[in-house]
Amino acid sequence: MSKKVVYGKSSEASYTRNTRIKSVIIFVVLLLLTVICLLPLYILIINSTRNVTQITTEGVSLIPGSSLIRNIKELMNNDLYAMVYDPLIGLRNSLFIAGASTFLIVFFSAMTAYGLVVYDFKARGAAFTFILAVMMVPIQVTSTGFLQFMIQLNLADTYWPLIIPGIASPAIVFFMRQSLKSTFPLEIVEAARIDGCGEFKTFIKIAIPMMKPAIAVQAIFAFISKWNDYYTTSMILISGKLNQKTLPMMVSAVMSNDKTADYGVNYTAIMLSIIPVCAVYLALSKFIIAGVALGGVKE
Amino acid sequence: MASAAQKSIKSISYAKYGYMFIAPFFIVYCIFQLWPLINTFRLSFYGNGKTLETFVGLKNFQNILFGSETNLPAQALHDQFFDYFQNTIIIWVGNFVPQILLSLLLAVWFTDAKLKIPGKGFFKVIMYMPNIITAASVSALFLVLFGDTKYGAINSLLLDRELITEPIRFITDKANSRILVMFIQTWMWFGNTMIMLMSGIMGINPSLFEAANIDGANSFQIFRKVTLPLLRPIMVYTLITSMIGGLQMFDIPYLLHTGDTLVPHIQTAAVFVYEKFHKTPYAPSYGYSAAASVILFFITGVLGIFVFYFNRDKDEAERKKKLKKLKKQAKMRNKGFGGLDL
Repeated sequence: MSKKVVYGKSSEASYTRNTRIKSVIIFVVLLLLTVICLLPLYILIINSTRNVTQITTEGVSLIPGSSLIRNIKELMNNDLYAMVYDPLIGLRNSLFIAGASTFLIVFFSAMTAYGLVVYDFKARGAAFTFILAVMMVPIQVTSTGFLQFMIQLNLADTYWPLIIPGIASPAIVFFMRQSLKSTFPLEIVEAARIDGCGEFKTFIKIAIPMMKPAIAVQAIFAFISKWNDYYTTSMILISGKLNQKTLPMMVSAVMSNDKTADYGVNYTAIMLSIIPVCAVYLALSKFIIAGVALGGVKE
Repeated sequence: MASAAQKSIKSISYAKYGYMFIAPFFIVYCIFQLWPLINTFRLSFYGNGKTLETFVGLKNFQNILFGSETNLPAQALHDQFFDYFQNTIIIWVGNFVPQILLSLLLAVWFTDAKLKIPGKGFFKVIMYMPNIITAASVSALFLVLFGDTKYGAINSLLLDRELITEPIRFITDKANSRILVMFIQTWMWFGNTMIMLMSGIMGINPSLFEAANIDGANSFQIFRKVTLPLLRPIMVYTLITSMIGGLQMFDIPYLLHTGDTLVPHIQTAAVFVYEKFHKTPYAPSYGYSAAASVILFFITGVLGIFVFYFNRDKDEAERKKKLKKLKKQAKMRNKGFGGLDL
């Protein structure tokens, strides 16, 4: 008996020592990965504060320079840049498109999911199966027909084709339905009916407040994916007028332009497009990580 | 509990609201996605450029899939499509394999209760961050960092340390550019995959790990014999969604270039589609882009069937499973009785 205890103790000691060594090694690896994740962004931020001569003659530096204001001024005032990049207009357009479509996406997805969960109707099973089946149809597959149809309808070069299709987002309906099914007691609907509440009003006044967590997570993802969308926007906004372009489109215009070779300003242009997203992300990271863990949205 | 009569009343009087609630989704879906899909199929049978209105049958498919020995443009198109498709596969494999290995390793570490790693939450947040940055900005960022000239950040660093004498062509060289795209894709997606796998591992019954621990299994054995087999469904799901995502890979390969010309070695099938309908706005090659889309559609469709299988209503699947099990048990019992009787 006593032998056993001693044996157990010594093995436990070596066991904890091994675990500790392993933990340290893992911690170092994780730090390394963190550096790999952050270093490009760090260099970006540093270089956006340096001027073109510093970048071209002194190479990479980890210490910020003092040219951020100059770079931003150059970006706004130099015609070469002002012709293809305007951070304020880009921000406005990106915000408008992402904001409007996010609202439609979450509202109508919640509504569709609610309809599928709360009501018992003949086509319910078929409708859900349909949504599942089309969840994975990638945009590239429909884009030729989409673009041609939008040109036919004279909707190319407008924001409508970028915003309205959000009403039908199969993947988000799917996730909303899952969360509704597990958290929403149907008795509440019955109670509301008895109290004389209309069906649509029940949805707005009772279901939406109760679905807030799911809606918040999906809204964050929808917003980020719409904000980042380059494919659809550049497909629909054919003529590429500056005052219509989104921020990602402007960044890519700067990069594919040979004349805009002021490296400091280029870094600043990229930085201005990345930092708002990162800031929002860091503020909401808790929800986002939880959302991904829930099965999130994989593009 | 609602009686059968109540239920039937409910379904009679409220069914129409169900249709009303799901109507916007289906109307918009039909206009903006279903018709475009059908339209894509339709366009794939029509001509390109000046012959946009002419019905050409399967000629677009023939040109893309088999080329033509006499028709040089068709042959060039065929070669281009297969080059781009091959690039897609190479880049996807080169990004998926390191990504899944890294994510799996990290997921196992993060979920191991024995290990005491400080700042887990912080690491997760940082590792997911590359995924939310606009792909257009990411490619611009890597373009300036890995620029071909001596002014690119990495090149200037290496030149300064005199590790190289000439700037490395990261962007225009065939192998380098592909590796760079694989790296960027891995950089962007490993955090996402890691979190998905983590939630998979956390869904495994913890008593299994405890039992394995008590039985004296080391962490590698636990990983091999417990985690991996139980994680298989999620791994398969990740694999397939990643394959579908890989077929759609567009932003990074398309935008990773300076000036007007794309880097040919990293262009993907999605770029092929985009180029055909976009690059020539006055006489777009809808026929070719539609035909390529249809080909991609069928490949995705096959992959999608697997995803569909994983996303089915779990409750229902479980109920069916239980029923099956019960039937099996009943059968077994009968057999058992038979055995006893004999």
